Formats: sequence, structure tokens, C-alpha cells
Amino acid sequence: METMLTDVLGSSPPVLEMRGISKTFPGVKALDSVSLTVRQGEILALMGENGAGKSTLMKVLSGAYLADPGGQMLMHGQPVSVTCPADAKRLGIAIIYQELSLAPNLTVAENIFIGEEPRRGPFVDRAAMRAGAQELLDRLGVGFGADTEVGTLSIAEQQMVEIARALRVRSKVLVMDEPTTALSSRETERLFALMLRLKQDGLGIVYISHRMAEIYELADRVSVLRDGTYVGTLDRAEINPETLVRMMVGRKLDSFYAKQHSAEAARGPVALTVEGLRDQRGRVRGCGFTLRYGEVLGVAGLVGAGRTELARLIYGADPLAGGGITLDGRPVTIRGPGDALRLGISYLTEDRKRQGLFLDMSVHDNINIGVVDRDARPGGLLNRSRAADRTSDAVSALGIRVAHPRVNVGSLSGGNQQKTLLSRWLEMKPRVLILDEPTRGVDIGAKSEIYRIIDRLAQAGVAILVISSELPELIGVADRILVMREGEIAGEVGGASGVAVTQENIVALATGAAVDSAAAA
Amino acid sequence: MSPIQADSPSTAGRRSGRAGLDVRSLFKTFGMLPVLILVCIAFELATGRFLTARNIAIVSQQASINIVLATGMTFVILTGGIDLAVGSVLALCAVTAVATSLTPMADLAIPAALLVGLALGLANGSLVAFMRLPPFIVTLGGLTAVRGFARLLGNDTTVFNPHLPFSWIGQGSILGIPWLVVIALSVVAVSWVILRRTVLGVRIYAVGGNPDAARLTGIKVWVVILFAYGVSGLLAGLAGVMAASRTLSANGAQLGLGYELDAIAAVILGGTSFVGGIGSILGTLVGALLIAVMSNGLVLTGVPEVWQFIIKGAVIIGAVALDRYRNANSART
Repeated sequence: METMLTDVLGSSPPVLEMRGISKTFPGVKALDSVSLTVRQGEILALMGENGAGKSTLMKVLSGAYLADPGGQMLMHGQPVSVTCPADAKRLGIAIIYQELSLAPNLTVAENIFIGEEPRRGPFVDRAAMRAGAQELLDRLGVGFGADTEVGTLSIAEQQMVEIARALRVRSKVLVMDEPTTALSSRETERLFALMLRLKQDGLGIVYISHRMAEIYELADRVSVLRDGTYVGTLDRAEINPETLVRMMVGRKLDSFYAKQHSAEAARGPVALTVEGLRDQRGRVRGCGFTLRYGEVLGVAGLVGAGRTELARLIYGADPLAGGGITLDGRPVTIRGPGDALRLGISYLTEDRKRQGLFLDMSVHDNINIGVVDRDARPGGLLNRSRAADRTSDAVSALGIRVAHPRVNVGSLSGGNQQKTLLSRWLEMKPRVLILDEPTRGVDIGAKSEIYRIIDRLAQAGVAILVISSELPELIGVADRILVMREGEIAGEVGGASGVAVTQENIVALATGAAVDSAAAA
Repeated sequence: MSPIQADSPSTAGRRSGRAGLDVRSLFKTFGMLPVLILVCIAFELATGRFLTARNIAIVSQQASINIVLATGMTFVILTGGIDLAVGSVLALCAVTAVATSLTPMADLAIPAALLVGLALGLANGSLVAFMRLPPFIVTLGGLTAVRGFARLLGNDTTVFNPHLPFSWIGQGSILGIPWLVVIALSVVAVSWVILRRTVLGVRIYAVGGNPDAARLTGIKVWVVILFAYGVSGLLAGLAGVMAASRTLSANGAQLGLGYELDAIAAVILGGTSFVGGIGSILGTLVGALLIAVMSNGLVLTGVPEVWQFIIKGAVIIGAVALDRYRNANSART
């Protein structure tokens, strides 16, 4: 209702209003009388921890879920009902999900017109389709043509195709669910510029993101959900981190990055030395660094700079083309993940769903899968009591919130999934721990808990390599940071390098913008 | 630490609590058991002689070979694969057993058959694990080629041994229970232990559920795949011995034709996911029994043979549809 006031004060009219929307699943109320107003020509940020109900609300909006009776939805002030995805589409509501829904084997034009191909008699009118698609692409100012096969495009470009598709059906409301998670900062900037243009064209944009910096930059207003209820909406002038965090978590976060391990004192002997590492696809072209016990070494770089590829090389997940790895002063040969694990190297992958978790298996099995053979009784029989102990220890040590350890891990929130996966690697008692985007897609509360775990591990003497695309996070947790560019280590900030640990210095190294000045410093 | 920001599913789990979880997992394990019981009662009501001790013995004997094949198939499907070759492998192994029993090395009949089955399974597994060929294609080729070998080995005729040394398997019983049934249930029991109580079992589910993650967790995926196809081949060999012992003969051209489809049907009826990673051996047992009960019951009720096929097919599709529908309703997200 507070929004009504500002309407009177002369803001643009609401294009979409959701009032009193509830959604009950068996045994749980995912949404409890939630209201949301999206105005014409604005970017409304929708925030909330994972599990707060953002996705559920958007699924109600898109017709994927049917809301409980009692709520109301208005488009341009007229009551509408959305009972299936086709309804939403007809009303001009378009949603771009984190997981893109394009057919990679079809062309851009085919994807844009999929399901509604222009026809000439019984045949697809390919010329009209191509022309229509090209017009949309030109409007978006993208650098690829309508005949390009979608599978060959980058994630950022594929998002542009999704946006083009939304524009084709003359959408009035565009929902973007964490669109920047997989984008480099340059691609993100381009996306933001486009969003601002679409906003000026009168589109109402709902923007879901965990990244505070993006919210400050983009949002006209922020609506916050918590535990399936509507907490409130802030206008642009009122947006600040303390208020937002308090609204989202209902409490104050104690210092977000609790770096307690001392960068100097706790540092032990050299654990890992990597020299001239190269892979076979030219993604990693001669990388070297040293990592000490008790140290948290960050790795920054744009998407595609070769950070993940470097981690996979060290872990033995991809074959080496050259270079050497020394562990505890001894050269080692790592032919596969099994070798790495035996040497005490663990690797938390960046994509927990595809490359980490067994989503159909229980939390218990996911935690124990890496150590079942070490624990096994003679004859390869499972040691079930040992496994149960490990699970209950891990669940309480990492604060994994789960009804019962036999619940499928796929049903947990992102943060709890990530903590489950992390505990799998910790159970293997690693000496060297590689964390690739350890907080991707997890909520703020879980993020700070993961930072605390990293800090605790460093204090316990584990050598930790952290890859992250979020610079504040990297600066917060790492003692020093390597910056990668195009498969090489472009430089280092912090530690003995003498270069100050600032976002500006990192970005300069990552983009190659100020190589000389940074190197000279 | 922080207040609980439980996501909806885990809250749902918490509210339904432990008991709810157990009932659900029971349903998951036994899948089609309610359908099986209903079908049995229906046949008893229709014929009045379905649930006799004699008929139950007949049904379980008829089911035993498919139970053994379907058990092996369960391992393979759990890894996300398929083994279309089991019917042909069964035939070749049956011919091998009977042919060996006619030589001076008659004692080696059973080991020879099992060895042939194991070797063929490992061959399939190697092509899948090392050459990265699609399991469907590999075992489809196996289905045809092995059938040819079976006919070749038996000179394209029926090999027959009236004094088959292992005829007790197909004819005899212990404590009133036919040996065929004892063997089938033992295979199920051992497989259950492997899948539920061993390191290898957990890894089979892991490889089927997410092969990339399995590899990055240090699991040797090729070992798991070789094991699954090896077991399937070995059990097809065992099923070949069982089949030969019933008729004291083996015909390379006709024995085991289409058996792979019954085995697959049993696994799917048992609730095992076709993409791997989800399923249980007890579900497969129930599925195999359901198929046997349908065959037997339809004969008893005097349904014409052509209609038996049609009804069986409809029941398989209907039962699985019912299962999916029920699961879709209980799914929470």
C-alpha cells in the first residue's frame, strides 16, 4: 500500500500488480500473501535470501505454478488470471531464467520464433523469420547474425537471444533471474546498458540478483522478500547495504568477512608450487605460483581467463600439456582426480549441480561418497556407523540445515547444497583445497558462513586457493590475489607484490588496461 | 549461527517428519507392490485357482529366469546404460552349457557358460567405458552378433542332452522350493547387499546420477561400468544354464528371443529411472513377478493368446504411468 503514495506523487503507472499472492505446497507455505508492484519503465530489484520465495513468486507470475485462491493479479489495472505459461506470454510477461531455455542446435532466428514461425501456406517463411530476427538483433545492438547457431554463442550472447525473443512477443514485463552469474564484467556492463535502454522504452523489468553492487547501479526500487512474506520496498534514495541486509535476513550480519587467520603469522611452509602449467586447448598458457600452508590465495580474472581451467589442471581433471606441480617440495604426477585426492588436494567445482552434487542422492551419501572406501570394512562393505557419525558431525560443523540427512540434496537451498558439497571435500582431509566460486548462487547468510569456514580452515593450516568473480569477496577472504588474463598470470596484488589490494588494481590487471602502471608499482 | 532460513522443501520434510519419510521410501523401494497384490487378488477372484500352492510354484518358476536377467539389467540401467544383448547371451550360454556337457569335460559345463556370459558382458562394458560408444548401439550390435554365435555353436539346430548333469537345477527342489526360485532369490539377495551395503553399490548410484561429479570425486567410472555390464553378462549366463536345465536342451535360434525386453520391463516397472541413478533391486523383483503373474493369470482366465500380448503391454504402460503420476503429485517443487 505504501507504493500507492508514491504513485500519487507522480511516478509512472504500475504495469503489473500482484496482490495477496499465496502459494502452499504440501506441508509448507512458500508464499504468504505477497504483494509486488512493477511500474512501467522501471527496474525493480527483487531481493531475498535463497528460499525467501523469489523464484516461487516468479513461477506464479509465469504460470508455472498456480497460486492459492484469494490473490489477485492486475495488468494495467485490469484483473487477469494466469493459469498456464501461455497466459503469461499472451499478457506480455517474459521470464529469462538462470538456466537458459534455448535449443542450441537451432539458429538464432529459429530460436526467436520458435513455436510461432511465420508461415507462407504450410511452409515456414524463412526469409520473413530471418528479417524479423535481424531487426530485433539490430535493435539490441548485438554482434552476431540471425543465422548463427545458438550453441556456438557465449552465455551472454544467448541471453541476448532470450531478450530478443521476449521483445518479439512485445513483452511488457521482463523478469531476469540472476542474469549476470555467468557473465564477465564487460558482458555485464553491456547487459546493464541494454536494460537501461529497455527501461526507457517503457518495459517494466524485475531484476533478481544477490549482488549488492548491481542493485545500487541499476535498481529504481528494491522489493524484499523473507521466508515467503513481503518485507517492504525501498526507493532508490533509500537503498543502502545495512538496510537491505537487515530486511533480507531480519538481523544484522556480524562483520561479513570474518578474516581472523593472520596473513603473516599463521603462514606455514610452501605447500604447492606450480610452474609453467599449460593445457592442451590453449586456455592455460604457462601459469606458475606458490601456495603456503595456512594461506588463502585468491584467483581473479574475467570469465574465460582460464581460472577454472587452471584449477582443473592442478586437480588432474584435464590433461596437462606441460609444466610441473610440486607438493611439499616433491614433484608429483597427477593423472586424474583420484591421484589428486590421494595427495590431499580437494577441488570444489564452480557448478555444483552439474559437476559436484549427486542430486538424486541423500545429503548423507553426498557427504560420504568420497570417503566410503577409506572407511569401508573388509570386503568393501560400508561402515554405516562411521558414515552416520561423519554426517552428523559435518551437518553440525558446517551448519547444514536439513530436516533429515536422508533427504535428497536436490531439495535443499543453494547455500545448504554448497555446504553439503564443501563438507564432502573436507571429509577427505585436504592439505590443499581449491574452491571455485564457493558462494555462487547462495544467499547472504550462507555466504558469510562459508567465509567463516574458509577462515577456520586457513587457521587450521590448510592451503587454500579461492577462485571468484566477485571482487569484494575475493578481497575479503584472500591474503593475496593472483589476476589471470587470457590463460596467463597477469599479476598479483597484496602480499609481497606491493600492489595495493583494490578492485581498481585487479580490474586493471584482468582487463590489461593498465599493465604498465601496475607492473611498475 | 543465523536464524533458520529453511527453504520450502526441507521445511516440508521437517513437518512430515521421520515417519513420513519412511513410508515414502517404502513406496519407492517396492514401487509396484500394491499393483502386484491387486492383480493377484483379481486373478484369484476371476479363476479361483490362482492362489494355490501349486500355481504359485509355477508362477515363481516362470518368473525366476526373468528375475535373474532383470537383476543384471538393474545394475546396467542404474549406471545410465542399457543391455539389449542379454537374451542372445542367454542363448549362447545355454548352448555352451549343453554342448560342453556332451564332451568329456562335462563338469565344466556351468563354469564355461558363466565364463562366456561374463566375457561378453565385459566386452560390452569395455566398448561403453573405453570407446565411449552409446550402450544402446553396443548392445544392439551384441544382440544380433551373439545370436549368430549361438546358432553357429549349436550348428543351427537344437543341442540336446537327455543326461544333462545339471538338470537338477531346472527339475529339482530343496525343502519344497524349486532350485530355480532359490537361485533367483539368492541373486536378488546378493545384489541387494552389493547395491545397499557396499562401497561399489554407492558408486554405482553415483555414476548413474552424475558421471562428471563421480569422476571429480575420484571414482573410477570405468570400473563401475565394467562391473555393471559384467554382472549383466554373468547373470545372463546363469539364466542360460537355468533355461537349459529346464528343457535339457538349447536352441541357439529360438531360446531367449525377446527376453531382454521382459527384463527391461521388469526394471522399469520396479521404479528404476531410465536415465540412471535411481532405483532398487526389490522394485525389480516386484516388477518381474508382476510380469510373470500377468502371463500366468491371463492363461488361467482363458484370454486368447493374441489378447494376452495386448493386455500385458497395456498394463506395463498403465502401471508406469500411474507411478509417474503418483510421484509427480508428491513432488514438491
